[in-house]
Amino acid sequence: MVTSSTVENLDQVFIILRDWITHFFPPAWRQAIGVLLSVVAIVCVFPGLFALTTVFERKGLGRIQNRLGPNRVGPFGFFQPVADGIKSLTKEDIIPASADGVLHFLAPVMLVVAVFMGFAVLPMGRNMVLVNMDAGLLFFFAMGASTELSVFMAGWSSRNKYSLLGAMRAVAQMISYEIVLLLSSVSVVMITGSLSLPKIVDAQNQYSHGLPHWYIFTPWGLAAFVMYAIAATAETNRSPFDLPEGESELVAGYHTEYSGFKFALFFLGEYLAMFSISGLGTTLFLGGWSAPLAVLSFVPSWIWFFGKVMISIFVFIWMRGTLPRLRQDQLMNFAWKFVLPFTLLDLLVTAMWRFMGEGWQRWVVSTVILAGAYVLMGRVSMYRQHFALRKYRYAE
Amino acid sequence: MLGEGILRGMAETARNFAGSYVSKERLTTVEYPEQRIPTVENARVFPFLVYDGPDWQAGMRCVACQICEKECPPKCIYIDKSADKKPDYVGKPQFYPAKFDIDISVCMSCQICVEVCPFEAIKMDTQFELATDDRFGGLLLDREQLAKSNEYYHSIHPTEASEVDERLAEEKAKTEAKAKAAAEAAAAKAAAAAAPKPNPPAPAAGGD
Repeated sequence: MVTSSTVENLDQVFIILRDWITHFFPPAWRQAIGVLLSVVAIVCVFPGLFALTTVFERKGLGRIQNRLGPNRVGPFGFFQPVADGIKSLTKEDIIPASADGVLHFLAPVMLVVAVFMGFAVLPMGRNMVLVNMDAGLLFFFAMGASTELSVFMAGWSSRNKYSLLGAMRAVAQMISYEIVLLLSSVSVVMITGSLSLPKIVDAQNQYSHGLPHWYIFTPWGLAAFVMYAIAATAETNRSPFDLPEGESELVAGYHTEYSGFKFALFFLGEYLAMFSISGLGTTLFLGGWSAPLAVLSFVPSWIWFFGKVMISIFVFIWMRGTLPRLRQDQLMNFAWKFVLPFTLLDLLVTAMWRFMGEGWQRWVVSTVILAGAYVLMGRVSMYRQHFALRKYRYAE
Repeated sequence: MLGEGILRGMAETARNFAGSYVSKERLTTVEYPEQRIPTVENARVFPFLVYDGPDWQAGMRCVACQICEKECPPKCIYIDKSADKKPDYVGKPQFYPAKFDIDISVCMSCQICVEVCPFEAIKMDTQFELATDDRFGGLLLDREQLAKSNEYYHSIHPTEASEVDERLAEEKAKTEAKAKAAAEAAAAKAAAAAAPKPNPPAPAAGGD
């Protein structure tokens, strides 16, 4: 029989551990040491998750294509990231002769640092947030936007046509979808009335009839979540929006001229961006660290957070294994002519939801508007053939 | 453009994902170094030299006629004829190769040497794991490395090897029959020579 205090302790185990370690230090140091410990924890946990994810991704993609996936290093191939790490550490670090050495070195470092900064404001469990900032969401997006800078630094400093093309694509794509990412989050802010991520989680951490008040379970929230997921996929340059590194035309995109550990840093940055953007999506729409059912509240909050993040990662991998890459014009059309208008409409619906008060009317009205707009926009774009099936005149 | 195609695709990949754990037909991967598919009978990689019997030097079918060396399109066969002779499968004394090298880094596996060989001495191997860390010496196979027994030949190309054996046996039988006939004829001749002459040669008596 688990008592409520054990449940409490397990939930707060990392906080208790941090406080226990810091109490060995003089009181004046305690806060600084506590922050340092949290930073070390974040810097260790997420790259560890990254290593695990690379194996699971390769095995999962293999299974999706009816292959086995890596199974040579260690039991079931689980030590593959160790081998990959040793390989990238011992490989020669090549800097092209005409490259801008300083920028070429700074780009991967900047990328990883900027992505790590985003984790500072994510609530990963009850009381488990490194910096409880009032404008946490704003800070997160500011940090997310600065990854574009490092991507362009990488592409520009390499002095390589493929790198530059890849970087230009990446920046065009990331800026286009950043708008959608922001606007879909704004609807959550409109309902919650706060930019603070812990407050957004608290607003969703309520239950009626044992069911949670997550924003994904409202019409506007579901629409915003779908748009957020599309924008997040594009923002992290994942398939089907992985044009910046489209190997069929650009070798490897902006990191063509990177080798050895700098390449590994880009890889790490991509996956960390996936984790942080999934973490934010979880926080905004999936109730953050709150349990999916009131009866499951005894399970520690951090398990729910990381579980939800890993499920999002699985969906990322699943989509990568399913969808082919878009063309550049399809990508831009999709962003500006479908996703952005729909997100703007969703903002309107969110405002209506906010001011229509409690009751079933607002459910019906918002569902009808959103579903109607979705069908209409899909049909209209099909009619105009913006994203319609490509016809091969001479091949039929 | 309502996303139902994406959902159908995701369902398909999910079916693959789950199915590859339960269905053996889906997972067609052969984990190569541990598992192998037996090579098909008509597979061919590089040539080898066939020998009969237990000793590769004594049983080597090659008679160093050098036809294959001359016919080889990329010129990757190097043969030196021996000074002495050894008996071949029918017992006839023949030359043998003092040196028989094939440079498999040059060989293009065209099988022309096999086609032209009148002695069924060179055949195509199925051994493909020939990687070496010495790209010059390691890929120049000498006659000892090339010599493989007739039993090995049977094991890799059973049909073809049986046909070759039949043909050789027939030839041997023919040769033996011929030898026997020749021996009989010789014996008859000898017997005829040894027999007392019924009629002394007339011209010996002279015409003078």
